[in-house]
Amino acid sequence: MFEYAPAPESRSVVDLKSSYGLFIDGKFVDPADGGSFKSINPASEEVLAEIAEGGAQDVDRAVRAAREAYEKVWGPMPGRDRAKYLFRIARIIQERSRELAVLESLDNGKPIKESRDVDLPLVAAHFFYYAGWADKLEHAGFSRRPTSQHSGPNPQPLGVAAQVIPWNFPLLMLSWKIAPALAAGNTVVLKPAETTPLTALLFAEICQQADLPPGVVNIVTGAGETGRALVEHDGVDKVAFTGSTDVGRAIARAVAGSRKKLTLELGGKAANIVFDDAPVDQAVEGIVNGIFFNQGHVCCAGSRLLIQESVADRVLESLKRRMAQLRIGDPLDKNTDIGAINSAAQLARIKELSDAGSAEGAERWSPPCELPERGFWFAPTIFTGVTQAHRIAREEIFGPVLSVLTFRTPAEAVEKANNTPYGLSAGIWTEKGSRILWMADRLRAGVVWANTFNKFDPTSPFGGYKESGYGREGGRHGLEAYLNV
Amino acid sequence: MTATATSARSDLSELGRSETALRTFLHGLPGVDQVGAEQRAAQLGTRSIKTTAKAQAIDLAIGMVDLTTLEGADTPGKVRALAAKALRPDPADPSCPHVGAVCVYPSMVPHVAEVLRGSAVHLASVATSFPSGQAPLEIKLADTRAAVEAGADEIDMVINRGAFLAGRYSEVYDEIVATKQACRDAHLKVILETGELATYDNVRRASWLAMLAGGDFIKTSTGKVPVAATLPVTLVMLEAVRDFRAATGRQVGVKPAGGIRTTKDAIKYLVMVNETVGPDWLHPDWFRFGASSLLNDLLMQRTKLTTGVYAGPDYFTLD
Repeated sequence: MFEYAPAPESRSVVDLKSSYGLFIDGKFVDPADGGSFKSINPASEEVLAEIAEGGAQDVDRAVRAAREAYEKVWGPMPGRDRAKYLFRIARIIQERSRELAVLESLDNGKPIKESRDVDLPLVAAHFFYYAGWADKLEHAGFSRRPTSQHSGPNPQPLGVAAQVIPWNFPLLMLSWKIAPALAAGNTVVLKPAETTPLTALLFAEICQQADLPPGVVNIVTGAGETGRALVEHDGVDKVAFTGSTDVGRAIARAVAGSRKKLTLELGGKAANIVFDDAPVDQAVEGIVNGIFFNQGHVCCAGSRLLIQESVADRVLESLKRRMAQLRIGDPLDKNTDIGAINSAAQLARIKELSDAGSAEGAERWSPPCELPERGFWFAPTIFTGVTQAHRIAREEIFGPVLSVLTFRTPAEAVEKANNTPYGLSAGIWTEKGSRILWMADRLRAGVVWANTFNKFDPTSPFGGYKESGYGREGGRHGLEAYLNV
Repeated sequence: MTATATSARSDLSELGRSETALRTFLHGLPGVDQVGAEQRAAQLGTRSIKTTAKAQAIDLAIGMVDLTTLEGADTPGKVRALAAKALRPDPADPSCPHVGAVCVYPSMVPHVAEVLRGSAVHLASVATSFPSGQAPLEIKLADTRAAVEAGADEIDMVINRGAFLAGRYSEVYDEIVATKQACRDAHLKVILETGELATYDNVRRASWLAMLAGGDFIKTSTGKVPVAATLPVTLVMLEAVRDFRAATGRQVGVKPAGGIRTTKDAIKYLVMVNETVGPDWLHPDWFRFGASSLLNDLLMQRTKLTTGVYAGPDYFTLD
């Protein structure tokens, strides 16, 4: 046997403070009512830091600071000067990427190889990409021609953006929100998730380091109530939310009838469709990447595997063999493939739905693996014999749990893939190009991957159909969410 | 799976009898997605192998080296020196394992045999008009027989790439079968020359073809064309031997050759073996490195791990 010795990434690169305040108007400040909560390491349940809990008064202070910065500094600033700040932030993120990656893994539980090789490179790429847009906004409208060549007005920023982000990709979601907003000339008040606020607070330090004018970026930490106060605040012109469909609905109700522009990126239950002529070994990699990447805490995860019946046994056998190779454990070990579940609450939700899968008659399988005693862990799991009626085929589990269904014809694959209230992403595995195009035309999903899965790029728009939300993030499309075009 | 494996077993032995059957089978293998295969190979390359795992990997890799010299300028004296090094790679440290084999041209085999006699180090000879294979079959077979008679117990043959690329699979198959016969008891390694096959689909088909025809090992390259062993090519070949064993019950070895120069590279290959085909292949009987300069880097890293300091290249013999 070839046993890999532990290869932990050093924590010493991170300088954790015992407590953090709110970042308002360029400074860290205490909350008005003095409340706080703890952020823990989900792999060990160790307390990482005490975090200020922002209340309505703090939100008001942050929105006022953002308004003032918008009107006096950031809005009037020429695009090319805004770009300089964004480029500077992007470069500092690259320089401090190891520190950010370690902190992300500590706070979130994701394996260091993902925070290091996926999250951080994408975060920097988003800032670089949108920095490039800041002085080219006349090209951001729906017309192919720049506004200077037709009678329309130049696209204008919206004002103050309220942004609420989830815990699955804390810093990456921050970059998806903040980079386009700032490039377009808006200022922001961002609320990170209560279980993963630390990298957003380190990002606040990076804003200071980059001499970003005070008030352009404000970060108010807290839980659901803080988020509600933020999106309902009258001084906000734009609301952007990534998270669960239930909360998304509540936000849509709250801003209905107001002037606020809204984009929502919500849940998913994506179909990953494997045809009989698929490149099997790469398809198996894609299935594993689709559902076990980031412990399955991915809104666009390929959580429903649809396999053509004629190759189902063969694909499942390969999949099980591959799953037995997954290494679960310390997120900071460079050889870890699957880290910790982000919170006790999420672990309970995954357990509940998995138990429902067994109770409803699906067959459950996990490779033999030892889970650490402390912290929140869930073994990679697949369910076979799943039908469309099972809860595990309909509800988003947001964990390392895959439901396997079969189909016989391309038409049946489309029908099953679309038979969900969600529509965020889908995957197609086939060597036949014409079938990829035929399927992509019929799948009701915002992103369709062909012979790959969970690929992200700042130039590519991302967003959902149906209950997966509306609006797009990324690419030129992503600017529309922050401009009057 | 058992039932299908048994029936597949009898089917596969018939494939070589007809060009149509061979073609249908080889073209019915699942395709390889280039981007996906390269991505998987790159991911495996990021494994961090340190301390005890690194020490284990280095000793394993030393035992897997086919210490090779294939130069027109080779002389009896040079290959004897190489054979002596194969037996005791690190004269200063008797705990250092010997390499897997010495690999030379047929004319050099008798000189190496003298040195290796009675040892556990294998003697490999390239044959079949290496490296191009562009000679009449009779000459290739005579080349093989001569090497075996001179004392080689492993033969590294080259496939007929021209015939393979032209789709004349039976011709390639028959040549391998004939060479295998000429080998008698010697192990046959079949060099696919993947750098000339151009696509991973071809690599997978050529791997199966070589295994169906009776090859004991499949090997990437001669080292004589610009593109030699790569991680993704080796990945595709490992998947092929894994699937071949599942279908037939017979285990075939894999040998990447050419371009593997550092310990870091070698460890990436071992990680790939470990996570693609598992521990059954982590043995010199089933996985080899065709290399020359790799051995000294392994020895330098080994010395660093045991003594804590890097020794200069002057402390290791050149051949």
